[in-house]
Amino acid sequence: MEENSPPRSFVEFDRVTLTYGEGETATPALDETSLRIAEGEFVAVVGPSGCGKSSLLKLVSGLLRASSGNVVVAAQEVTAPIKIVGMAFQNPNLLPWRTTLRNVLLPAEIVQPHRAKFRRDKAPYVERARRLLLTVGLDGFETKLPWQLSGGMQQRASLCRALMHEPSLLLLDEPFGALDAFTREELWAVLQTLWMHKHFTVILVTHDLREALFLSDTIYVMSARPGRILLRKRFDLPRPRTLASTYEPKFVDALAELRGYIAEARTLVPISE
Amino acid sequence: MSAGTVAQPVTASTAVTGAAPAPARRRRRIRWTMVMPVAFALLLLALWEGTVRLFGLPPYILPAPSVFLQVLVARHEAILHMAGQTAQATLMGFIIGVGVGVVLGGVIGSSRAVYRMVYPALIGFHTIPSVALIPLFVIWFGVGPHISVLTAVVVCFFPVVVVVATAIATASPELDDVLRSLGATRADVLFKVAFPRALPQFFGSIKLAITGAFIGTIVAETVAANSGIGYVMVVATNNMDGALAFAALTVLAFMGVGLYAASLLLEKRLTGWAYRGR
Repeated sequence: MEENSPPRSFVEFDRVTLTYGEGETATPALDETSLRIAEGEFVAVVGPSGCGKSSLLKLVSGLLRASSGNVVVAAQEVTAPIKIVGMAFQNPNLLPWRTTLRNVLLPAEIVQPHRAKFRRDKAPYVERARRLLLTVGLDGFETKLPWQLSGGMQQRASLCRALMHEPSLLLLDEPFGALDAFTREELWAVLQTLWMHKHFTVILVTHDLREALFLSDTIYVMSARPGRILLRKRFDLPRPRTLASTYEPKFVDALAELRGYIAEARTLVPISE
Repeated sequence: MSAGTVAQPVTASTAVTGAAPAPARRRRRIRWTMVMPVAFALLLLALWEGTVRLFGLPPYILPAPSVFLQVLVARHEAILHMAGQTAQATLMGFIIGVGVGVVLGGVIGSSRAVYRMVYPALIGFHTIPSVALIPLFVIWFGVGPHISVLTAVVVCFFPVVVVVATAIATASPELDDVLRSLGATRADVLFKVAFPRALPQFFGSIKLAITGAFIGTIVAETVAANSGIGYVMVVATNNMDGALAFAALTVLAFMGVGLYAASLLLEKRLTGWAYRGR
């Protein structure tokens, strides 16, 4: 509603907190957090495990409700799961009884207005799913079941599913965390290509600084639980980035700088109670 | 998760197809799975025949297979007619029972409150031997084939309810989150995640339900009917006609195996994913 805020923000946290449980057993997961993410921005959130990064994503998607404060996405307050979001998790979470193609088609069966259109005419959606699978190198695997795919292939399919309903906001919860280093770096490139193609807004949660730097333009650093945003830094390295560019001085310097911030930020956290 | 196979989809593809068994070997395995059970059944019959002849047992105690199979051939028209009655009642009871079981199990499984409220009553109800209810059914609804159907329903719905309710109630938070983040309704989650996930266990309960339906029907026929295999059993045993009783039981056994095979076929088609090609 604030029309005087100059950069139009797509995702906005206004003094948001999150507490799990109630009364004596209440554990704070997210300390008062405010942030603004612009439309089309690729944001990475880094921090130690258990710092509330995943909770942050669930708040954006509406899977969780804030204990206090406001979460606004696309000028609407988030009170329930929102449909403009595509989400991919650390586990691929493919439905084991569905083929790759039918897993990718899942959002078309659920999210309106695709749901109604899909029921009337499946062909354009099947076509789109096949194209997505092609871009991530999974063509020829449409009829395979998840157990017939390797971990990396499952994660590719999971990415396709997250993008099936053309979401304007992609939420990634350590999607490459369980993969080996080679597969992970390969999927960075795949994701970058997808993003440069469509420029949807992305929030990527990760604890891999290289991954954050490779993929995103803005990096948020979070503290240990209860999570707090310690730092926001824009890096704007030139795109498209390749594995080779991670060895270029620009990237290496940025990485060193980021590590420095984190070391610095850590000492800023009050240790005494 | 080896990195090498993932690096290029092409190499990964050969890895996948290489894992599938050769078609020739699969065909041979199918032939064996058909032959072995039949051979085993024939072996049992031969042992039976030998035992009866060896000890010279009279037919009213234990008829030899050769004797009761002869009776079966000679009186096949009457026996098959009665078997038809039993098959009809059993199938009807089975279908209704499974339907009731799935709906009730779905409702109980998807709500913790209902689960807590209904489950004890269900256990209590099932503790009553359903055979004991047949006289009551007769008082309420009169004698007839519908008593067999009703008893079959009562016996066979229980395992389905328990298994479906448990399968639905056990959480799969990750898969649920995938659907919920898309704004799926509870019905979506139920039909797209919970039910498909419960299918392998559901087929387990189906096998219990099949035998349950037969037991219900046959017992009801012995108590409160004048048709069906159960009725034939009563008449045969009253006349000390062991051969007729076993001839009727043979047909019953075939029907049981037939229904089991049908459910197995359906299971293979619908839950192949859970067995991962094994």
